[in-house]
Amino acid sequence: MSASLDLPEAPASAEQARAGAVRRTRTRAGVVSLSLVAAVVVLGLVALGTGSLRMTPLEVVDSIRDLGAGYPRYVVLHERLPRILAAAVFGAALGLAGAVFQSLTRNPLGSPDVIGFSTGSYTGALVVITTIGTSASAVAGGALVGGIGTALLVYALAWQGGVAGFRLIIVGIAVTALLASVNTYLLLRAKLEVAVAAATWGAGSLNLLTWGDVVPALVLIGLLLPVVAALSGPLRQLELGDDAARAHGVRVEPVRLALIVTAVGLTAAVTAVAGPIAFVALSAPQVAHRLCRSAGLPLTASALTGAFLLLLADFAAQHWMPQALPVGVVTVVVGGVYLLWLLAHEARRKAA
Amino acid sequence: MTEISPTGEARTSRLAAEAVTLAYDRRVVSTDLTVEIPDGSFTVIIGPNGCGKSTLLRSLVRLLKPSSGQVVLDGRAVSDYRAKEAARLVGLLPQTSQAPDGITVADLVGRGRYPHQGLIRQWSPADKEAVDRAMAATGVADLASRPVDQLSGGQRQRVWVAMALAQETPLLLLDEPTTYLDIAHQIDLLDLLAQLNRAGSTLVAVLHDLNQATRYATHLIVMKDGAIAAEGAPRDVFTPELVHDVFGLPCVVIEDPVSGTPLVVPTSLGHRE
Ligand SMILES: Nc1ncnc2c1ncn2[C@@H]1O[C@H](COP(=O)(O)OP(=O)(O)OP(=O)(O)O)[C@@H](O)[C@H]1O
Ligand SMILES: [Mg+2]
Repeated sequence: MSASLDLPEAPASAEQARAGAVRRTRTRAGVVSLSLVAAVVVLGLVALGTGSLRMTPLEVVDSIRDLGAGYPRYVVLHERLPRILAAAVFGAALGLAGAVFQSLTRNPLGSPDVIGFSTGSYTGALVVITTIGTSASAVAGGALVGGIGTALLVYALAWQGGVAGFRLIIVGIAVTALLASVNTYLLLRAKLEVAVAAATWGAGSLNLLTWGDVVPALVLIGLLLPVVAALSGPLRQLELGDDAARAHGVRVEPVRLALIVTAVGLTAAVTAVAGPIAFVALSAPQVAHRLCRSAGLPLTASALTGAFLLLLADFAAQHWMPQALPVGVVTVVVGGVYLLWLLAHEARRKAA
Repeated sequence: MTEISPTGEARTSRLAAEAVTLAYDRRVVSTDLTVEIPDGSFTVIIGPNGCGKSTLLRSLVRLLKPSSGQVVLDGRAVSDYRAKEAARLVGLLPQTSQAPDGITVADLVGRGRYPHQGLIRQWSPADKEAVDRAMAATGVADLASRPVDQLSGGQRQRVWVAMALAQETPLLLLDEPTTYLDIAHQIDLLDLLAQLNRAGSTLVAVLHDLNQATRYATHLIVMKDGAIAAEGAPRDVFTPELVHDVFGLPCVVIEDPVSGTPLVVPTSLGHRE
């Protein structure tokens, strides 16, 4: 279709200003993303070399490249790498899911951990732990069903000829409160050993992960990434409001549902293996947005920020505490402070 | 759709609503409404608040599905179009819009290019040219690198108009494009629209200023309670009786000393009476 608008030519200065503005934001996002990649790699290498067997990052690289079956190579590849890789990839998945949810709900609180998803996964896992047992695959299955079930429930309850972001958040918070009390009830009814195992899982932990635990989640996340990439264009349009997005030719409801399903899938893959790790999805997109000074929430940078945050939190939980803690405890404490700040900040912004 | 006008020439319209009923849930706004947008016209819709102007525009651009009847674009129901295909033909400036946090003017205007892009074909030189032209035409080129949330209401409105222009559709619907603009910028924008119209675009605008409506419209649609109260060339349809009937406003209609079009002068003298 040829354009029928016959507008006067743009003056060169405007053209340069526009090109300059776009280039500046793109360049900044690019620099931030590259720095984050570098930070993740360095932190990952440091973490691989930290523990009872200490290695410098160079020794770590050598031990991986060394094709012999030495002890350091075993420690790095089989004891530490599954956990470190999981921290980076799970963090990225959570950061990405958070960016998608917060963009869709246009609200920094519209994150899967706030609107019921994590609590629902915990409910699913608890039901399995108290009725079937604590085998990892059964717990993962329970968490998946619980999380996805909760997401569907929240979506259905918030549906009113379409889903508005704010309704989704309010309904999500209500469902979270309800499920939290169910969780407490299930924990109180359980036998002591079972309750302790359940509570450990519920804190969110990367301890003792093996390749067998991690690989299925990595595969699922790997499959979902291209889907998010394909939906990123329409997601950018949804930021303009449903009307403008539709006027630009976005099929709003199918796109939104697909984005929600994908983001839920990303969160579910992580939660099933590691338990509900709070606040990475909440904070990573906002941190990335401020670092990049981007329009809306940047997807790539949110994922990379999530990877960095979870790696750092896991490293701190393992090595900086008087005794090693589940990573979820660290993210809850740090994230709780962030959430308080966010609520105060939002309240002030609304009041202004 | 073709219709023979009284003068005998064929009047065609690419975009028309055929006997549509428009409703939100249970609230019916228009029943059995038929509207044709004459090709090449600058159609202006006027009517009191809440009479259904925005609702009609929304239905024309697929934002609201009629509960009966259909909207036809180039002889085909709009519901049969692929979403992007229709968005390359008909554009909309909504009555209210929202910008993502921290977006710059140039980036926002560029988002209007979405219907011309695909998974493979992303940003192209044609997109860049369309964005530059739209920003220059609306006078926001100098603001290109400014964040939209730091602009004044009127500057922001011109950015939204630029985004709609960047979509480069042969038909463009604008819901109250002059809101927030000072009088000089209102006239600038209407002049720009008139210029686009002369260059071949078919435009539909909702306006609240009756005198601007009669001056710029080549085709006037007057709405009341979801129905069309009058339709035609401003000189033919615009009478004091119509204004009194539709807006409940006692007035006289004189000839605009500049344009020769109908000029509404309210007779109420307010507190001086
Ligand atoms: N989303 C909605 N849900 C329910 N009712 C609506 C909705 N939007 C509009 N309405 C109602 O439909 C009627 C027509 O609204 P519309 O927005 O089309 O009016 P309008 O002519 O554009 O008015 P204005 O000049 O104030 O913009 C009004 O009575 C309004 O209250
Ligand atoms: Mg309106």
